[in-house]
Amino acid sequence: MTVSASPGGPVRRLAGLLHRRPSLRLAGLLTAPLLWLVVAYLGSLGALFVTAFWTTNEFTGDVVKVFDLGNFQDLVNQSVYRTITIRSVGVAVAVTVIDSLVAFPMAFYMAKVASPRAQRWLVIAVLTPLWAGYLVKAYAWRIMFSGSGVLDWFLSPVGGHGPGYGLPATIVTLAYLWLPYMILPVYAGLERLPNSMLDAAGDLGAHSFRTFRTVIWPLVFPAVVAGSIFTFSLSLGDYIAVKIVGGRSQLIGNVVYDNVGTANNLPFAAAVATVPVAIMVIYLLAVRRTGALENL
Amino acid sequence: MRSTRLALVAMAAVSLLAAGCGDNSSSSKGGGVSEAGFTPPKMSAMQTLGTGEGQVNLVAWAGYAEDGSNDKSVDWVHPFEKATGCKVNTKIAGTSDEMVTLMKTGEYDAVSASGDASLRLIAGGSVAPVNTDLVPNYKDVFPDLKMKPWNSVNGVAYGIPHGRGANLLMWRTDKVKPAPTSWGAVFDPNSPYKGHITAYDSPIYIADAALYLSATQPALGIKDPYALDQKQFDASVNLLKQQKANIGEYWSDYLKSQQSFKNGDTVLGTTWQVIANGLAADKAPVQTILPSEGSTGWSDTWMVAAKAKHPNCAYKWMDWIISPKANAQVAEWFGEAPSNSKACALTSDKKFCDTYHAADEPYWAKVHYWNTPISQCLDGRKNVQCVDYAKWTQAWTQIKG
Repeated sequence: MTVSASPGGPVRRLAGLLHRRPSLRLAGLLTAPLLWLVVAYLGSLGALFVTAFWTTNEFTGDVVKVFDLGNFQDLVNQSVYRTITIRSVGVAVAVTVIDSLVAFPMAFYMAKVASPRAQRWLVIAVLTPLWAGYLVKAYAWRIMFSGSGVLDWFLSPVGGHGPGYGLPATIVTLAYLWLPYMILPVYAGLERLPNSMLDAAGDLGAHSFRTFRTVIWPLVFPAVVAGSIFTFSLSLGDYIAVKIVGGRSQLIGNVVYDNVGTANNLPFAAAVATVPVAIMVIYLLAVRRTGALENL
Repeated sequence: MRSTRLALVAMAAVSLLAAGCGDNSSSSKGGGVSEAGFTPPKMSAMQTLGTGEGQVNLVAWAGYAEDGSNDKSVDWVHPFEKATGCKVNTKIAGTSDEMVTLMKTGEYDAVSASGDASLRLIAGGSVAPVNTDLVPNYKDVFPDLKMKPWNSVNGVAYGIPHGRGANLLMWRTDKVKPAPTSWGAVFDPNSPYKGHITAYDSPIYIADAALYLSATQPALGIKDPYALDQKQFDASVNLLKQQKANIGEYWSDYLKSQQSFKNGDTVLGTTWQVIANGLAADKAPVQTILPSEGSTGWSDTWMVAAKAKHPNCAYKWMDWIISPKANAQVAEWFGEAPSNSKACALTSDKKFCDTYHAADEPYWAKVHYWNTPISQCLDGRKNVQCVDYAKWTQAWTQIKG
């Protein structure tokens, strides 16, 4: 240790300086991450909001940098955007509900029932789908939902049909894609729950449903909310799955994409993109009241 | 295939980012439509051809710049690279609108623009005039393709005609009976194929509805499907809103469309010959027709970017792609009529040019090439304002709902 930094050497002096000046130490540590947060993250959000007030030249598609509320007026006045927003929120809610219903028993088994060895394997099993590419999984669902796909083949003996391409297919695909993001927080939450509490509830005569309602659910609820933030926000912003299995439907993400890629109307795309941001802010504020954010 | 698709999507994502971060200061340079008419930004064409820069970046329709990766025998890119020393980098675009966006990034040297993109590219200052004297093969291009409203402005050429084709009606012969002869098949509100009809996912598809209405509702007086006044436009949009109930899915990705037809999820709808060719190779039972009303279509133009980093290679590419041999190859692969009259002698199928009506001017009179709708009516009416393309785009979101 003393070999590399002899007393009075530059490294030693720097160390001494940092020791005497805690503020300098803090600045050195935080400059890079703060720059990233402020410039790349908040900066781009700010650019988004500013752009939303500009317009484009109708023919050439060039951006006209003049303050104008027209984009937001269109957004509010044209009912189609309201319909699309409600549809997108509905899809995000459905995906979140399905994921929490599927994830809870799965996570409970992993945390409380399975042996430690099985637990490890189950965590790996939950994580493996994340290793495969998004498009690979989405196109796999496209083939499964096809008229000659495996779902139809499965349901045809009982006279049923697969749902085909459309919103239900989109919800199923997204629920599949984001399931690990729900299982893992719930699993972590259940692991923190002491087994002694479940035993105590049993000893005091509570049946399993009562134990769930009065002991497990209140303690794990923040973890479910944490998972729901992932599934909800990821679903709200998605536009690829609905392109692949959504048939003729469109979500907010598609309107943004169409305005960037097709119409080349960046300002309007920016205005549309503020809608999911606003919805997420409202959602986070609502969640904060439950105290769930402290448990993230 | 999948890995190329992933790569394509990744490239699209990156180019979108680039578009987003791109320099938008060109708005001050003007260009656009004023009351006085359409004035492109001042720019001059290249005067002399120099030596190649070693590479060229193209934005092209799928099938326009084949390098043998889809089919080993289909390759006119490598011979070009060998002959000129210009390495070709191709970005496939799915729609005209995507082409306009890509060209705005300034990353590309040349683009195979259809008529619904070319005027926007010219007005936006993305492309420069083209000196046709520097393209020796231009002299053999069919005369009815030269100096058209979508490839020239005020007598100045802005590109080299590549080829032309029609948007066809395709159906599964095992599922759709009797065989359709009219676009009415896709607009019939009581269609027995509800949920299995497809339509092209772009605002320009509104012209297909307008074309059908021009034949079925003469009272509306639609003469040019790209010049619609408010009343004609609303009628077309309403027809498409009604059609939406029967649509299974809209397509813009030609591979997705091909897969839908192959699986039978889609049995009827608008298509390109290249999709039909792919399905025929897959042995899917499909057939195409140019319906009785005629159809929309495209006459594509190779244009050079205003800020091209490799302009000499871009000119060499334009001359190459309309040279008789390459033009014959691309026409046969893509399933379109070649633009070079000498290409017909070099097609591997000797009847090819007859099948595709390459020199058949009356046939092309039935095809309404894509054009960019602007507020001055393109059909020459002076007493009304037409609906411009920005409104078409908004309406398209409304139609899809």
